[in-house]
Amino acid sequence: MKNLSRVISRAYLYCRHLWSVLMRRWRNAALFAALLIKRINETIRGWMRELRENWSRAVSSGYPYYRHSLPLRIMHWSNAVLLAMLLMSGLNIFDAHPALYWGKSSYSGVPPMLEIRSQENDEGEISGFTRILGHEFDTTGFLGASGNSEGDLTERSFPAWLTLPDRRWLSMARRWHFFAAWLLVINGIAFVVHSLVTRHLYRDLVPTRQDWRSIGRSIIDHLLLRHPTGEEAKHYNVLQKCAYLGVIFFLLPLMILMGLGMSPALDVFPTGWVDLFSGRQSIRTIHFVVAWALVLFVMIHVFEVIVTGFWNNLRSMVTGYYRVKSEVDHG
Amino acid sequence: MGDDGKLNRRSLLARFLAGASAVALSGCEKLSETTWFPKVLGLAEKATYKAQRLVLSRKAMAQEFTADDLSPQFRGNGTLMPNNPAYRVLAAGGFVDYRLDVGGLVERPMAFSLADIRKLPSRAQITRHDCVEGWSAIGMWKGARLGALLEAVHLKPEARYVVFHCADPMEDDGTSPYYESVDLEDAFHPQTILAYDLNGKPLPIQNGAPLRLRLERQLGYKMAKYVMRLEIVEDISRIAGGKGGYWEDQGYEWYAGI
Repeated sequence: MKNLSRVISRAYLYCRHLWSVLMRRWRNAALFAALLIKRINETIRGWMRELRENWSRAVSSGYPYYRHSLPLRIMHWSNAVLLAMLLMSGLNIFDAHPALYWGKSSYSGVPPMLEIRSQENDEGEISGFTRILGHEFDTTGFLGASGNSEGDLTERSFPAWLTLPDRRWLSMARRWHFFAAWLLVINGIAFVVHSLVTRHLYRDLVPTRQDWRSIGRSIIDHLLLRHPTGEEAKHYNVLQKCAYLGVIFFLLPLMILMGLGMSPALDVFPTGWVDLFSGRQSIRTIHFVVAWALVLFVMIHVFEVIVTGFWNNLRSMVTGYYRVKSEVDHG
Repeated sequence: MGDDGKLNRRSLLARFLAGASAVALSGCEKLSETTWFPKVLGLAEKATYKAQRLVLSRKAMAQEFTADDLSPQFRGNGTLMPNNPAYRVLAAGGFVDYRLDVGGLVERPMAFSLADIRKLPSRAQITRHDCVEGWSAIGMWKGARLGALLEAVHLKPEARYVVFHCADPMEDDGTSPYYESVDLEDAFHPQTILAYDLNGKPLPIQNGAPLRLRLERQLGYKMAKYVMRLEIVEDISRIAGGKGGYWEDQGYEWYAGI
């Protein structure tokens, strides 16, 4: 009996102890949770304050300007996606015969101008080489031979990450290429019609007389990476206009024409036109070179987008609105 | 400090954009593996076919060249020697026993020896062979006009396509013979010939001896080599893979006009 009462009192003490520990821990946990909530609250409030400050500063130091209309934004991004598809599927197609020639045929007794191939040594190791006009360069790992999905060096002119599909698959690459090509042509026609109807072409793209006069200053500004952020940023500068017009009305039409010039059916339209460009294989070479000229344009374009205010430019091409900074800030 | 929040948001956005483009790229790979998406992409082939037939006249002649343009060596591509015992027997005998069977939707099925074919109205032409891979070679071809041969066997009114059955198996075990098909518009084109001579000499085996199709306004894979039998049909969807040719069954375009 005595033992029993001792056991009960022990149990009671133990329960009370446990309870107090739990309570303490609970209080700590509750305290911790409260602290956490307080901290989150403060952080969010801080963000909100910063946002408000940003916003008020933005409003005080400039104003949003509607720079790109919706149709132009849609066409711009369609172009970006289609050109990426065309480049990558085109490089996969090139891989089916990774050599370029000048003339009417590939087998005219003259070696190719460019070759991107691989060779195997006695130990069975492969290496990639690029031969341009007789000069050979070891380009293992990038051109001629590069890693496949398992990381093994395999024979392919352009690496998997640059081609669509990523493995050598000529028929599928051709499907992507011609599909995207049709869409690019439709997009291009839509752009030209839209630009004529809305006068975007004359209003925004054709350089004015004043533009031509400022071309020297514009070149220096570009080289020094000086760029307008105020009222002047509402309009394209003269070099920008020339670059856009050159791409839209020279490089892209030339690209499409050279693509059509590789068709065995269309070289009869009219017969002999392909020879104005020195023949089928020259046309294939021009198609390849112009593709890289377009890549160069895109690289410069993206570089300028970054150095002239990446997020502001990106916003203007997504939402249409460009924030024009007030001149006072820079006075 | 004001920029920190902005930078965070923007680095998140940048990471999202990078992630989205990675997803888009792997998505393109996945799409290529589906059955439906290549069909969507294939709409371009139909558009190309319609557009080219619209702008080109039926009888527009492919460009012809001069002897100066001839490739010193005419490249052999694909099968260079058919892995087919019956063909090798014919080749060993100089194709004396070769017969081109013409059947299907015709009033008078016939078998032509090479001598018969050489007696048919012929055409010689220096043309460019454009391979789907991107290379081209120029050669002088002489052969019987396919149109004249088809007139000799009298096509039935429901005839729509000419199918070329070839001697070269495309699988190592000797199965899956090469085949091709063209529509009648191309079959009756004056430059469409069954060639027996290349550069003034009998067609070499690597280029398709004894008889190969020349279809000058389309790509090289349409121009079947080692032609053994012509079948005139109304519908190509019941032959082999149903796409009208060996490479077509592998995903290449039936209309190889670009």
